[in-house]
Parts: sequence; structure tokens; C-alpha cells
Amino acid sequence: METSGYHLAQFNVGRTVAPMDSGEMAGFRDGLAVINGLADRTPGFVWRLVGEAADDATDLRLPGTDLIMNLSVWESRQALWDFVYRSAHLDYLRRRRDWFQKLGTPIQVLWWLPAGTLPDIAEAKRRLELLTAGGPGPDAFTFREFHEAPAPGPDAGQAEPVNAGR
Amino acid sequence: MDDAELDAVGVLADPVRRALYRYVAGSGREVGRGEAADGAGVKRSLAAFHLDRLAEAGLLDVGYRRPAGRGGPGAGRPAKMYRRAAAEHAVTLPPRSYDLAAEVLADVVEGARLDAEVAESARARGRAGARPGAELRGELAARGYEPYDDGADIRLRNCPFHRLAADQPVVACAMNLALLEGLLDGIGGTGRTARMDARPGDCCVALAASKTKSH
Repeated sequence: METSGYHLAQFNVGRTVAPMDSGEMAGFRDGLAVINGLADRTPGFVWRLVGEAADDATDLRLPGTDLIMNLSVWESRQALWDFVYRSAHLDYLRRRRDWFQKLGTPIQVLWWLPAGTLPDIAEAKRRLELLTAGGPGPDAFTFREFHEAPAPGPDAGQAEPVNAGR
Repeated sequence: MDDAELDAVGVLADPVRRALYRYVAGSGREVGRGEAADGAGVKRSLAAFHLDRLAEAGLLDVGYRRPAGRGGPGAGRPAKMYRRAAAEHAVTLPPRSYDLAAEVLADVVEGARLDAEVAESARARGRAGARPGAELRGELAARGYEPYDDGADIRLRNCPFHRLAADQPVVACAMNLALLEGLLDGIGGTGRTARMDARPGDCCVALAASKTKSH
């Protein structure tokens, strides 16, 4: 599905139940390459954040925290949905309690960004903070309370007040 | 109760229409008039009339397609094709809101991290509802799963929890897997195991041939 010049950014964080190299996390570690490879091959996948050490983001931490994270960009809601919930990824989600602690605040945020641009970690952090502070809105939302991409045209810049305000 | 919902269901009161609807829905794809007529065992002209009534009621979607291998001038008009509409029609008399109840409870499950408890309960329900020794595909069909063979797997064309799965996918799909595990266990000796294998369009579970029979 075309999204009128916008791509969907996805950011989620998690606190593991044990260090990434521990036995408790073995099942998660073993699935990383397969699931990341699956994401890369999913129609509508655009980009995902990777660290220095491997082809995944597990060596990165959200600045100032011990949270691991995923940051990725997709062509549409459907593309991201099909990867997250309609692929082998679903079975890893089913087992998420084995590997991740309860945070008590939102762990995932979605937002639109102009196609051809990529988000950085600082922006992703701001979007998650925006969702946490104010609930879902056009600039930071969830699958459940989804906001469509901004209409193209003169108003197309309206989705960026989070950036513009800094 | 919404009149449109009652009308949609009312259209199926006619046995010919019901047979045509079942044939098209069960195929999981686009079906032409001739095939639907043959499938339902009625004349093509009669099928055309009733298929259009089903489409008017919102139960079937209509598309047009040229027969394979034909095109350009002289290829004739594109054939009218029918497939099951995605829209749901639910009639409960008196009105009931089980969907809302399920969504509220699923939120609680998600927030309280009760996945293991849900799986255990769903497995027990699946087992308790199973008839030992029953034929598996018939039991799946009776529960609305619409089973079909896909290589060595049985796949399920319909998700009985579709709306809940769109709202809380992980909770709904994990529950569904456990229900099916319980069903297989309760029937016994099916030579199948349930595994989570989500893909677009299908139910999230595949029933694979076991390496070794369970009995």
C-alpha cells in the first residue's frame, strides 16, 4: 500500500530478564538472525537499526538506561503488521515473558516520517516519551490507536512538530 | 439489531444460495459462475441470479477477470468472479456483546502477564470440548476453522477469533494455539501437532504431521 510519501517508523524497548549472553536469553539470541533476516525480506521493509558488533541492535542500549531496542522503518502499517504478527516473529512474541520484564510504561511507539529519511535513536526516544506522557496522537501512536499518514500537499510538514520544536 | 445484519443472514435462508455461499467461501479464492453452479449442483442461470443476491447483501465480493490466455480485442467480456466478503456478519438474538467482553479480558491478560494461565485454561477447554477418536477435519470445521491441506500440514483458512486477533494478536493467537493443542490431545491419536506458524490471510496455527504418533 502506498502511503503518500510517508514511511512508518517503529521503535520498541525491552528490559531483559538476564544479561543478553546468559542462558536465560539463549532462546531469544538463537532467533535473532532468523527473525532479523525475515524482517529484511518482508515486502515493505525499509530499514532497521544495527549496532557495531553484529547485524542486530542487541549491543545498543537506550541512552541513560539498560533497555535494549528495535528501531525500524516500513512502507506501510500492513507491511509492519504482517512482519510482527503474521510471520514466524509471532511465536517469539508469544514467548516474550520468558525474556522480557514488565516495564509498566509503553514499550512501542509508531510515527510517520517522510519517505527517504531515517530516524535516529534520540528522535525515537522523544517519540516514546511523547506517547508515554500524552497518550497516542498523530506524532506518536500505537497499532491499536493508529493514526494515518499525513495528507500530501502543503500541509505535509505538519507531522513533524516534534522535530521542529527542538 | 441492525437491519442490514438481519438481511444479510436472511439471504442465506434460501437453500440454493446457502449452497453457493458455502461453495465460494470454502474455496478460499475467486470463483466463476459456472464453477459455483457445478459446486452447488444447480443450473448456471440460476446460480448467476443467486450469486448476485449474495453480493447485494454484502456476503460475496464481485470482481471481473478475463479468462486465462485470452486478451485484446475479441477476447470477450471479462468473467464475473465471486469471493467471500471480508466483512463480518453477526446476529445474536437477543443482542450480545461477547467481542467487547473478550477485548476487555484480553487487555487484562496482557497487562497482568497471564499468558501461561490463559494457555493452561485454553488447553483444558480444548480438551474438554473434544470427542475422543473423532475425525479431526470435521471437528475443526465444526469450530469454524475451515481446514485445508497444504502439503503435509493442515492449515486453517478462517480465524474464529479474527476481531480479537486484530485487537490483541499475541493474546488471541497464543490462546488459539493452546485451544488446538487441547483439541488434538482430547481427540487423541490424530498424528498431528499444533504449531504457531502465522502468515497473512490464514489462521496462525498449522497442524503438522507428528514425527511419531501420539498413541
